[in-house]
Amino acid sequence: MAIALEAPAPASPALAIGPGLFGVKPRKKLRLVIAIILALISIGPLLYMLSLSFTPNNSFLGSSASLIPGNPTFQNYIDAWTENSFGHYFLNSVGVSVATVIITVALASLAAFAFARYKFPFRELIFYLFLASLAVPGLMLLIPQYLLLDRLHLLDSLEGLTLLYVSTNLPFTIFFLRGFFEGIPKEWEEAYRLEGAGTLRVLTGLILPLSLPAVAVVSMFTFNAAWDDFPTALTMLNSPTHYTLPIGLQYFIGAHTVAYGPFFAASVIATIPTLIVFLISLRWFRSGVSLGGIR
Amino acid sequence: MIGASTIERRPASISLGAARRSRRALRVRRMATPYLLLAPAMLIYAVFTVYPIYRQFDISFFDWHIFPGATNPYVGWSNYSQIFHDPVIRTAAFNSLLFVVITVPAQIILGLLAAAVLTDRLAGSAFWRAAVYIPVITSWVVVSWVFAYIFNAQGGLMNSLLSVFAGHTVRIDWIAQTWTANGVIWLLSVWKGFGWSFIIFLAALDGIPREQLEAARVDGASERRVWRHVVIPALRPALTFVTVLLVIGAATVFAQVFILTKGGPYNSTQVLFSYAYQQAFTNFAFGYGAAIASLLCIVLFGFSWVEIRLMKNQVN
Repeated sequence: MAIALEAPAPASPALAIGPGLFGVKPRKKLRLVIAIILALISIGPLLYMLSLSFTPNNSFLGSSASLIPGNPTFQNYIDAWTENSFGHYFLNSVGVSVATVIITVALASLAAFAFARYKFPFRELIFYLFLASLAVPGLMLLIPQYLLLDRLHLLDSLEGLTLLYVSTNLPFTIFFLRGFFEGIPKEWEEAYRLEGAGTLRVLTGLILPLSLPAVAVVSMFTFNAAWDDFPTALTMLNSPTHYTLPIGLQYFIGAHTVAYGPFFAASVIATIPTLIVFLISLRWFRSGVSLGGIR
Repeated sequence: MIGASTIERRPASISLGAARRSRRALRVRRMATPYLLLAPAMLIYAVFTVYPIYRQFDISFFDWHIFPGATNPYVGWSNYSQIFHDPVIRTAAFNSLLFVVITVPAQIILGLLAAAVLTDRLAGSAFWRAAVYIPVITSWVVVSWVFAYIFNAQGGLMNSLLSVFAGHTVRIDWIAQTWTANGVIWLLSVWKGFGWSFIIFLAALDGIPREQLEAARVDGASERRVWRHVVIPALRPALTFVTVLLVIGAATVFAQVFILTKGGPYNSTQVLFSYAYQQAFTNFAFGYGAAIASLLCIVLFGFSWVEIRLMKNQVN
């Protein structure tokens, strides 16, 4: 950034005219070098994890480390999937994450529609009540939430966990969707209503399809939050049959301190779904941005 | 299509009384609609977020036990006064503060750098953008253990690298010592976090109309002036947003500390929430844990309020 600030004044004023952030000198080479360095820093440790997942389990904790396994093996993946009911944890995580996304997006779009399209008493108050919790991370409420689930007999259940995830993710999802809904012209909605559509039809038949990029992006955020959560699941789940992936992985390494190979193989498998969801949403991210450009 | 449905509706309002009745029903329905739309979200939010906030404060005044049949005596402010006499709290507060002061600026600087580099056309920028964001979507358990293995005393990548440079075998047990462990926790947190501030800054920079930059340059503005008057003002709201959320996140750091060191050795890497968590779920001192968490919430709430206030004043 300092580079741009210190850029010398160009000799000819005509040269200075450029639409980019860096004006006359786009500094493509320097920018490319920085981009490559940052990208390498970002994915380097993950590539190393990939390499570790193909390293024979008896090669861990050796005298020296190597970036690429000497004699790569697929055995870790077989061990990871068959031992430790890993497949079971995987399915638990899929169930909880998908349910969290569906419930959160459904409830949030109803609420966001109310905030975006209706004027009613206490509207601002209710909206700020939702927003206020963004200043209190869900994590901070683990103690009272634990006591609450205990009271509701929802402790150690995937249903209880899902409800906590939904509640934690609702405020941001409502906030994000409301902004997008407000950008949809009211006339379209009126035309749709004249055709006899009720409020719910307007939402499901018109608003949501038009908001698909926004829905895709919040779905990705919510999926990640549920898939990745460690503290809440650690606190609320007790029995191994209910473990989600992060808890399964954590106990995996705790129970078999020497099983690094299968652990990193399991880690790779656990990362794949989030990566897929991210890559899919990337497509929508782009169309969301270009859609915003048209308006 | 539109004409047809208007005609269809008309027969319903033939009788005047019926029309009035249905109009009133319509008005009631219209009044109720937003509340009906809000009800499901509000119900879940009230039960699982708002009530726990109240409950947290509530039990912080009790010596709370969860064992069946145990009594939970009211202890007034004693949990809070205990906070100020607990030596571990001092370490934890210091570590949390240090974590904020180190990781937040680092994430902001790296995020800004990445956004500035990647906002305009660059070969392969879609790939670089995705790559920089990927650590954000990974799981804390997974990446914490990857870092733990990189910094492992035996067979760890870092020690192997250092051994090559030093010319003799280096065997530092990074995770087992206070300051090296803190260093690994900071490094991991910045690595996993800066992609998030990157996308917020990227959105802010992408949002600057490029014609505006061009126009300023046509008018003869120097690059320095273009940045001062166009780019930096456009970044300011994003900067406030990122700062507030990063500080909140950093002050409540938990997962990576819990996984890597569990606050050890001897509580020396403990942060505030890992200590509150340990009090509640290891020592079963729920009231004390709740008091620590409540105090932290109040401080953070005050911080966000002041910060947002300051931003509003800047805009005006």
